[in-house]
This record gives sequence, structure tokens and C-alpha cells, in this order.
Amino acid sequence: MPPLLEVKGLHTEFRTGAGLVRAVDGISYTVEHGETVAIVGESGSGKSVGALSILRLIPDPPGRITDGEILFNGYDLRRLSEPEMREIRGRDIGMVFQEPMTSLNPVLTIGRQITEVLEQHQGADGSAAQRRALELLDLVGIADAGRRLRQYPHQLSGGMRQRVMIAIALACSPKLIIADEPTTALDVTIQAQILELMKSLTLKLNVALIVITHNLGVVARYASRVNVMYAGRIVEAGSAEDIYHDPRHPYTIALLKSVPRLDQPRRARLDPVDGQPPDLTKLDGGCSFRPRCRYAVEQCSQARPPLASVGGGGHTAACFRSADLVAARDVAA
Amino acid sequence: MHRYIVTRLLLAVPTLAGAAALVFILMRLIPGDVCVIRMGAGGAHVDQSMVDLCHQQLGLDKPMILQFLNFLWSYVTFDFGTSMWSGNPVTHEIALRLPVSLEVAIMATVIAIVIAIPLGTISALKENTWLDHVVRVTAIAGIATPSFWLGIMSLILVLNISAMTSGKPWMPPIDYVPLWQDPIRNLSMVLLPAITVGYRYSAVTMRLTRSAMLEVMREDYIRTARAKGLLEQIIVNRHALKNALLPVVTLIGIEFAFLIGGLVITEQVFNLNGIGRLLVQAVQNQDNVLAQALVMLVVAVFVVTNLVIDVLYAWLDPRIRFS
Repeated sequence: MPPLLEVKGLHTEFRTGAGLVRAVDGISYTVEHGETVAIVGESGSGKSVGALSILRLIPDPPGRITDGEILFNGYDLRRLSEPEMREIRGRDIGMVFQEPMTSLNPVLTIGRQITEVLEQHQGADGSAAQRRALELLDLVGIADAGRRLRQYPHQLSGGMRQRVMIAIALACSPKLIIADEPTTALDVTIQAQILELMKSLTLKLNVALIVITHNLGVVARYASRVNVMYAGRIVEAGSAEDIYHDPRHPYTIALLKSVPRLDQPRRARLDPVDGQPPDLTKLDGGCSFRPRCRYAVEQCSQARPPLASVGGGGHTAACFRSADLVAARDVAA
Repeated sequence: MHRYIVTRLLLAVPTLAGAAALVFILMRLIPGDVCVIRMGAGGAHVDQSMVDLCHQQLGLDKPMILQFLNFLWSYVTFDFGTSMWSGNPVTHEIALRLPVSLEVAIMATVIAIVIAIPLGTISALKENTWLDHVVRVTAIAGIATPSFWLGIMSLILVLNISAMTSGKPWMPPIDYVPLWQDPIRNLSMVLLPAITVGYRYSAVTMRLTRSAMLEVMREDYIRTARAKGLLEQIIVNRHALKNALLPVVTLIGIEFAFLIGGLVITEQVFNLNGIGRLLVQAVQNQDNVLAQALVMLVVAVFVVTNLVIDVLYAWLDPRIRFS
């Protein structure tokens, strides 16, 4: 069976006052049916733009998908007309956004915001849509669903609003859900609840999930495969196991080191990634991580390292020194 | 909600009292004397004993504080007094002028809403296209053009066109007939000023609608609506407009309240016997009682309009309704 989603050489650019920003600069990855894939990177790495590009939700102008294929269920989403694309959005691909506080419309009831997507895609009428909305709220663990349906977003807590967002994303039984930093804006305890909920629901309903995050803890627990993004490109990809136990890109190593760990003394210093993410309007022909990389050599300024296989099982990294790194990182640790 | 409205109405009492004190003091700070003006209208000599008698009749000989308390008390008992100039009850004077002012204000508001909200919305949705530019230039022209100039120009235009087509120049009638008595005569008098005022009004409203709409269309919940695959018209009508209209409602309300008493120059240009002109006449004649009544009327209109705006807000925005 072909993969559910196959992104090939996707390029998304923004024309800004400061120049052309290649927010997504040729990324490729696949998502199998029912699989959870993580996209990891810091702010500005292009992970959200990449996800919004799949649904063609990049505001144009200033943004534009300039190249690549987005094969979903055999169709290239880039070739669909806008009405065809609208059919896909919300029906085949659901989306959960970062900010549950602002992602729901403040002047419409929770019920309305769920039923409208059912009306749009399934032609459900009033009472059928209402029943389905009740079911969905039950499904995402909201108690007293009947009362909640009549309430407005400001009457719900952040965690509950994110549950509503998940209910909306699941409403039409999609094949894929894209969750863009779904827990970043929530309390730590609520984060775990929401992630567990998404994990159990995607398993139960056999929905594939792309979870975009900068939190490697999330990745370890929930994703089967991981794509690490830096400056608009995927710099390392592999199973969660590979990324955790055998990272082959200096950026991945730096990210892992910057996560606080309970199994190390509290006094041990955190090791943040040095420097700032690069200015995407001023990238040269070399490796974009070079200025922040402690392993950089002359070769890194001359060419961009391609994503190459390191070890088996589809583990790839875009670093000239990925072989040398193994020794270096183990000594450092 | 009922409690809220009652509270708001009670809060209006100090507002009205403050306005009463202000207009009372201001009217007495203006140099001149209604009795002198009334008797010396032709520049003739005025006998002081006659002036004293007149003051006595009008109660102007009493101490200021007593005059003020009398003024306040009479309003509490809904007795608004008689005009110092004409001797008619001020309610009668106002009743003669209010319909035309009200009609112009309502028509201008309707014109403004009908033009501004659709055009402002389209302009925002088609940001930076030729359509947006046309709408914006029209709006800026509307704000920059004084209503009286536009009024004079439109009158000249009507005169010339009627003279050219029928050989006989036509001017709008100058005496007010209620709409239900003679709609054609009424509209031929009121429509031109309503359009003139409505154009500027719609220009302001259009700009606000556009900027509010632009802001709302960038909100996260609009992106959510897109991600749901909703039709663009549903996104605009259901998700964006209701949010964008909040500031627009405020503006429309304030403008409407202003139109009731503030159209002095436009009323002059179109020879309309409205509230604005009456107020100017009352001040010129030192007719304290009438001037006070008119100012209080305008203040009352503002208070009521603000209340209506707040109720509309609560209806539009559940965050206000449930807090």
C-alpha cells in the first residue's frame, strides 16, 4: 500500500520586505496510514509553514508554494482546484492549532463550531449534527457535553478548548490530523492529558498524525518516526529510537542536550544550543547550521550537505561529519 | 440584562445633571440679554424699567442658584418651560423641528450602513487590488470633503440639470411635510441632505469596517475556519463579520447621536428647519430655556444611543454577555 502522505521536495517561500525567505526549502517525508510522525525544530525552522503548506493554508501573498509534490491518497494536493482542496480540508485532513485561546471563534458556540464542519462536508442537518457533536465531545473526554455545546470558548479552560479543537479535527473521520504544537500553550499536566488523548484516539480510529513540536519529550513518547528541521530543511530523519539513541546531526545532538533530565544531578548545567537561528534571507551555499556548530570544518562552508543514509532503517542525516560525530558526541557526554 | 439596563439608566442621571450645570453656566457666560435683544431688535432705545419688568416675568431677576434649582426641578417634573423668545412651550418648538432632524439622521445612517459595510468588507477582502484602491480613494474623498461644500455643489447641480432638461430650475421645497403625508415632497427635501451627510458618514464607517475586517481576517480562528474547509462566504459572514462589526457599531451609534443636533451647517445650506439651527438661534437670542432644553435633548440622545450600543455589544459578543 502506498503511503498516506508523501511530501516530495516541497518548497514554500515568503516575499518579505527584507527579501525572499525560503521558509521550507525542499523537504521530503512520508506518513503511513495510522502512523504518528513528529516534525521537530526550533521557532522559525519552517515546521509550521511546512504543515500549513500541506493544506495550502499559506496566506498568498506573501507566501507561495513554489515547488514539490504533496501526494495524499494518490492525489497531488498542489494540483487540486480550490473547491477540491476545500473538500479535503476538515474532511480528510483535520488540523489542531497551537493556541486554543485564539483558534476558536469567540462569538460562536462550541456546538456551532463543531456542527458547521459536519454540515459542510457531510450535509448533516440540525439534529443529526447535534447528536454527532455530542458524541464527539464525549469522545474527547468533555463531561456534561450537552451544556458545553451551548457554551462559548471563553467559558472553557485551555485544555478543554484544545479538546474541542481535537473534536473538530476528528468530526468527519479524517485519515490524517496535523497538530501544530498542540500542547505548547498549555500547562504541563494538561499537556500530558492532551497528548495521551491524541495518541489513544489516533490509535483507536486509525488516524495518521503529524505532530509538530519543539519538545523532544513529546517525540520520544508519541511518535514512531521523527523529522528534525533546521532553517527550512530536514537535517535528520529516522525512527524515534534512532534520533534518541544514535543522533547523527550536530543540531539533533544539541537539541537533545538542551532538554533537562531528571536522571542527572540537578546542578548539572543545561547545555542550550548556542547562537541564534539563521536569518533565512541571508543563507549562503554552505550548511546553514555551520555558524552554531562545534564540529564545523572547511567543507561545511563550501557545500550544503545532502540528506544521506546513516546506518539502516531509513535513518538519514545531512552532515558531512555524521560518521565522526559518533565518537565526538560519546566523548562529550 | 434588564438589571443592567436599569443600572445604566440610573447612571444617566448624574450625566444629565452634569450637562445641565454646564449648559446653565455657559449660557449665562455669554454676553447679552434676551430682553434687550427682544425689545431692541430694531436698534431702538430700550427703557430700563421695561427690561426689569421683562426680567421679572422670565424669572431672570432671581439669584442664580435659585434659577438653577428651578431649572433642575422643572426637568424632574417634566416641565421644560417656555421659550424666552417666542413664548411658546419649548416642547412645541422642538416638536416642530425634531422630525426633519431625525429623518435626515436616520436616512443618513441607513445610507452609510448600506454603503459602508459591504464596501468596507469587500475592500478588506480584496486588499490592494484596484477595487480596494477605488473604495479607499472614495472613502478618503468623503472624509476630506466638507458636507456643506458637497451640499452646495449638489444643489447647484440639481438646479442646472433641472434648468437644462425642463427649462425651469428646480429647488427642493423649503417647508417640511411629514413622510406619510406627501412622500415625494418629503423625500425631495430630505434626500439630498441625507446623501450629502451620509456620504461622509459612510466614508468614515467604510474605513473602520475595512481595517476591522483586515484585522479579523488575520485572526487564528479564521485560519481554523479555513482548515475546516468552509466556504469563503461562510467564513466571512459567520466568522469574520460578527467580530469585525463590534467597533463599527460604536462608530455608527456615536455618529447617529451627533447627527441629531450637530448638523448646523448642513441644515443652513439646505434650508432645513432642524434642531441644529434651532440651537444656534436660541443661543443667538439668549433664549436660555430653549438652549438648555436642546442641549439636554442632545445629551439624552447620546445617553440612550450609548445604551443601545452596549446592548448590541452584548448581543454580538458573548464574552460581554456572560461576564
